Amino acid sequence: MRKSFHEASARERLLGIVDAGTFREFLPPAARVSSPHLALLDQPVSFDDGVVVGAADLDGHPVLIAAQEGRFLGGAIGEVHGAKLLGLIERARVLQPAPAAVVFLFDSGGVRLHEANAGLLAVSELIRAVLRARIEGIRFIGLIGGSSGCFGGTGLLARCCDSLVMSEEGRLAMSGPEVIETVRGVEEFDSRDRALVWRVTGGKHRYLQGEIDRFVADDTGAFRAAAISLLDKPAGLTLESVTAEHTELRRRATRFADCVDAPEIWRRLGVPHAEQVALLGADDFVRMADACESTP
Amino acid sequence: MNRDAVLAAVFPQERLLEENEPDFFSGTALAGEETVRFVGTANAVEVGVALALRIAAVVIDTMRRFPGRPLVLLLDTAGQRLRRHDELLGLNGYMAHMAKCLEVARTRGHPVISLVYGQAVSGGYLTTGMMADAAFALEDAEIKVMNLPAMARITKIPLERLEALALQSAVFSPGARNYYRMGHIEEMWSDDLAQRLHAAIAAVRARSPGDHRLARGLERGGRTRAHPVAKAVALGDERGITGCD
Repeated sequence: MRKSFHEASARERLLGIVDAGTFREFLPPAARVSSPHLALLDQPVSFDDGVVVGAADLDGHPVLIAAQEGRFLGGAIGEVHGAKLLGLIERARVLQPAPAAVVFLFDSGGVRLHEANAGLLAVSELIRAVLRARIEGIRFIGLIGGSSGCFGGTGLLARCCDSLVMSEEGRLAMSGPEVIETVRGVEEFDSRDRALVWRVTGGKHRYLQGEIDRFVADDTGAFRAAAISLLDKPAGLTLESVTAEHTELRRRATRFADCVDAPEIWRRLGVPHAEQVALLGADDFVRMADACESTP
Repeated sequence: MNRDAVLAAVFPQERLLEENEPDFFSGTALAGEETVRFVGTANAVEVGVALALRIAAVVIDTMRRFPGRPLVLLLDTAGQRLRRHDELLGLNGYMAHMAKCLEVARTRGHPVISLVYGQAVSGGYLTTGMMADAAFALEDAEIKVMNLPAMARITKIPLERLEALALQSAVFSPGARNYYRMGHIEEMWSDDLAQRLHAAIAAVRARSPGDHRLARGLERGGRTRAHPVAKAVALGDERGITGCD
């Protein structure tokens, strides 16, 4: 039976991804590790600071895993939240034998404004730590399908992973549509136009343009299967890989320089009925997209 | 300080501008006896897809043609470009690409130094200057995510309250000094920029390539919680940590 990944809490998602009975949490809520800065501002705190971290098995392989809670302050990253993720990456680097992967269940609008400097700094440390660990051979898999999307610093962190899985409901971008609308006006980006937001930031567009590796239905079991399938994918980060990425990103920027909406891009990629993309179910969409040119 | 003034102060000996546009520049210069590659932004430009590619291209070119040559980032940026077109192309992927290039460069032995001479705002700074081995800022530089009035509006916390708390906490209010206290900015610079840069490159070469900011934030008292929390998770602590209630 289908279990919505989008509707679930961070803990429910995480437990639905890993093998039953294998999860061990580090600094669980009982340890009461929360944000001192929120308390200072008289804001509600959470005893896990909005992120669950620990170790588990995935299809029999040991992994380290983290899940952000989009329902607590939009899953935003503050000092403690960021430090928990950083500690998990550090653990991946020192564990012998190394875990098969570090899996992130992203659900976050980015830096937490109540502790903005600490959050920004934490994100920069996370980016550095992920990239360094990748160079050392640790594999990172990101899953995006939560209620708060994957924006700002978290959107950067996601694109630093080896591979990404997304559902149509997941959103991945730098700035949130609301931020762009506030600064540049509603003509630039109408954040209330849900269809537009999904076309620009949603999983189907990101899959068609080759930003993600797997597109799945909003189903925790489908996310799990996709994560397992990525455990064997070649990983790493080298001068050759960044050079290849540079060529691809430059090609994309040139080729779609005049595009203002996603369907223009899809047509150029060979999508036969761009106006019907939103209507396709996950399996039909992937079949259609894989017959086009730019998907991985 | 504007771009010309900062270039003259940081590289008083020889410097060659290879790219010189209103908002972007790059070139080669002498720092002491060492040749360095510099790349910079100006006029508080927003970093979008095109600019991210330009910066990454300089880093990749340096790795290919000049192994081990230090990279110096001179920054004045108002943050990420806020346009639908850039988001459509996947701006976060372009920004992350800069970070990947800089991390690969570091691993291949290129010291990475950054100096904020104007402003540095969130997304434009995260995958550029914040990727440096050693990050510096001029005394009058501003580093921030958001100014306090905007933060007050979004968090619904009164501005007066935020202003009062900003006097005791480095954690949320704009200012390069706060980033110094939290361990990110290694030193604030106001004079002798050329000598300081030269010394910074030597110091980076002499120390381990790891990220030292967590420990520094603890030492300076601006960020005391992150270090014990990260350490507890790294050790696989399933119960809870003392000194971290």
